[in-house]
Amino acid sequence: MIESLVPAGSSYAGEIDLLVNMILWIVGFWFVLCEVVFFWLIFRFRKKEGVPGQYISGEEKSQKRWITIPHVLVLVCDIFILVGAIWVWYDIKQDLPPAQAEVRIISQQWAWTFVHEGADGEIGTADDITTINELTVQVDTLYHYKLESLDVIHDFSVPVWRLKQDAIPGRLITGWFEPTLTGSFDIQCAELCGVGHALMGGTVHVKNAADYASWVAENSTMSLASAATPHAGGE
Amino acid sequence: MAESIPATPELAHDEHGHHEQSFASKYLFSTDHKMIAKQYLFTGIAMALIGGFFAYAFRMQLAFPGMDIPFFGVVSPGEYNSLITNHGTIMIFWVAMPIILAAFGNLVIPLMIGCDDMVFPKINRLSYQIFLLSALVLISSFFVEGGGFGGSWVAYPPLSSEPQYNLTPLGSSLWIGAVGLEFVAFLLGGINFITTTMNSRAPGMKMNDIPIVVWMIVIASVLFMASVGPLLAGAIMLLFDQNLGTAFYDPTRGGDPVLWQHLFWFFGHPEVYVVFLPPLGMVADIITTFARKKLFAYRTVLYTVFGTGVLSFTVWAHHQFISGIDPRMANIFTVTTLLISIPIAELMFVYIATLYGGRISLTTPMLWALSFIAEFLIGGVTGIFLGASGADVYFHDTYFVLAHFHYTFFPIAIIGFYMGVTYWFPKMFGKMMSDFWGKVHFWGTIIPFNMIFIPLFVLGTAGQHRRIYDYSHFPELMTPGMQDMRVFATMSLLVMLAFQLVFLINFVNGMIRGPKAEKNPWKANSLEWTTESPPPHGNWPPSEMPTVYRGPYEYSVPGREKDYWPQNEPT
Repeated sequence: MIESLVPAGSSYAGEIDLLVNMILWIVGFWFVLCEVVFFWLIFRFRKKEGVPGQYISGEEKSQKRWITIPHVLVLVCDIFILVGAIWVWYDIKQDLPPAQAEVRIISQQWAWTFVHEGADGEIGTADDITTINELTVQVDTLYHYKLESLDVIHDFSVPVWRLKQDAIPGRLITGWFEPTLTGSFDIQCAELCGVGHALMGGTVHVKNAADYASWVAENSTMSLASAATPHAGGE
Repeated sequence: MAESIPATPELAHDEHGHHEQSFASKYLFSTDHKMIAKQYLFTGIAMALIGGFFAYAFRMQLAFPGMDIPFFGVVSPGEYNSLITNHGTIMIFWVAMPIILAAFGNLVIPLMIGCDDMVFPKINRLSYQIFLLSALVLISSFFVEGGGFGGSWVAYPPLSSEPQYNLTPLGSSLWIGAVGLEFVAFLLGGINFITTTMNSRAPGMKMNDIPIVVWMIVIASVLFMASVGPLLAGAIMLLFDQNLGTAFYDPTRGGDPVLWQHLFWFFGHPEVYVVFLPPLGMVADIITTFARKKLFAYRTVLYTVFGTGVLSFTVWAHHQFISGIDPRMANIFTVTTLLISIPIAELMFVYIATLYGGRISLTTPMLWALSFIAEFLIGGVTGIFLGASGADVYFHDTYFVLAHFHYTFFPIAIIGFYMGVTYWFPKMFGKMMSDFWGKVHFWGTIIPFNMIFIPLFVLGTAGQHRRIYDYSHFPELMTPGMQDMRVFATMSLLVMLAFQLVFLINFVNGMIRGPKAEKNPWKANSLEWTTESPPPHGNWPPSEMPTVYRGPYEYSVPGREKDYWPQNEPT
């Protein structure tokens, strides 16, 4: 149900969409069943002259099974959902596959700072590329992100990637993503962070290998040239 | 426990026997549970008007960004945050709690268990007075320098604890102070509900003869009392961080902001059940009355609710899946969260099964009770998407969450309020409301309600995140189709708000000019219908205090001429 509104742009977006669709079918079935029975009973047992109500305690086994059987079936459905939910969760949040590249994400009221690897493929060197509110990554590359906050709680969210992670001041949080779709997409801050919360948007540019290489070449030279001044190399 | 001790009359009525009472002692400083119920009810209605007005203002801003809104003006980003924060806070703590728990708890417990008043009437009065004070403190916070608090109702620090981040130094302290006072008020009220039900039941009323709604209010009070302590401590720590320079939540000085989230949600999730259980109980009493049916499996309902109560303490961190807690913890909380769907599904099945073989009349209270089931089902099933950790990675903080919990809180606070008021109005005021205008109001509320929140499910699924003043910085969310949906939701809200006038007129008109209500207009079994409408001081004349012979749901018993059998009628 998500993929019809938001394209799936990361390696795990499809897993989440599949899980959501499975839940949709399971709970949709129970929801429709309950509502149909409910409205049918209201219609069927409307007050009619000369027809008294029935006296049913619901305490006898033969009566109780009308609720115990659905009850057991709900439990079975829950187990399916549980397995799916934990499976997907494990892949996205608990497991950390080996990285091919790394990016630092620094959040503050009300902007994102992204530190990219330069041509040397390492963070913390002079050719790092630092940008504000614009993240540039290479498609089909597995990134580790290191997320931090300088003031209040923020949340790094990219809907096309199905990625969300709170940034907690005082902690460095590591996670991963692997973009699979080229293009430019929204970055959101998904945790209320003060009066400028609505300004805290950004854009992620997912480029193919050639475009990414030329972007890096162009920007890391600029970084090196102006290594002494902060915030150089931005767009 | 079958033996019951009546509340000592001299304790309950020492200061206002049957002599003429002054206006102040009758209306302002009353210790009569029925008057305190009305005080809670009217204060809650007044707060609901404020909370509804806030919703109007911020929905207008979302539909028409930057517009000069009639009766409000242009909404600034700071004001927007304050509006959404206080809308949420008011609707939960100053509308759902006073109306659903305190007003109906005070009204029905002594009447339904057949005693003359609460066990501690003065504590009851103190509870309301502290509650009123808390409401006044909250309202004052909107007018101080810097404006009202805008850190959302969950108030995560450091945003809520540091004035340089939230820019509302006074507003945030008054806000947390008001919330703390409100907790104290309901702690006092809860003591009364539990003690009265356990000790003051009419002779003959066994545990299994207590109406479900009373059970639910008692269990809700237990949940509240057991969960609020940690948050009350947390609130005091927040107040200290704001004003005394402590660093409980400040990571730069050794504190931890996530600590607040645990304290908040350890209370916050049981709190959902605190306000959910009483209307769920009302549904049981109302559908059995108007379906002329015995409640399906009374004891199953009871055990299921006990189970729900216990489980509700084990699910809190499902609000924090992506908040930086250890990811392995999410697995445990996914299991407990999905487990809680089982007792809730069971309750829904029980209520649906109760309708089978009934003789259903669709009066106004019955329509509200049935709509509670139909709408709450939507809130319930959409919760599964959020409780499943893998799916919550996407849905967290979107409008999907917002729509989900409005499908639970609207049935709880608004449908619960209307079903309770329309059902017990004759007993409260001794008059009848118009059934016709009641139904007009019902349809005029329930249809627009769905039209507000179904588009918000779609917007949330499309990735629209919450608490955003203006979406123009997010191109993916600024498509014409999405803006149309925002406008549609706002228009539906205006229609729904307009129909609330029908209720207010019907309510006031019923109180003043409604036809006189008889003792038992709905032909129901429980004890409140065996006394006058409205009941006299002390509820029954001392010589006519009821004795109970059976449970409250003996409708359509074979071989009896009447299709109901009041609890106090000797066999």
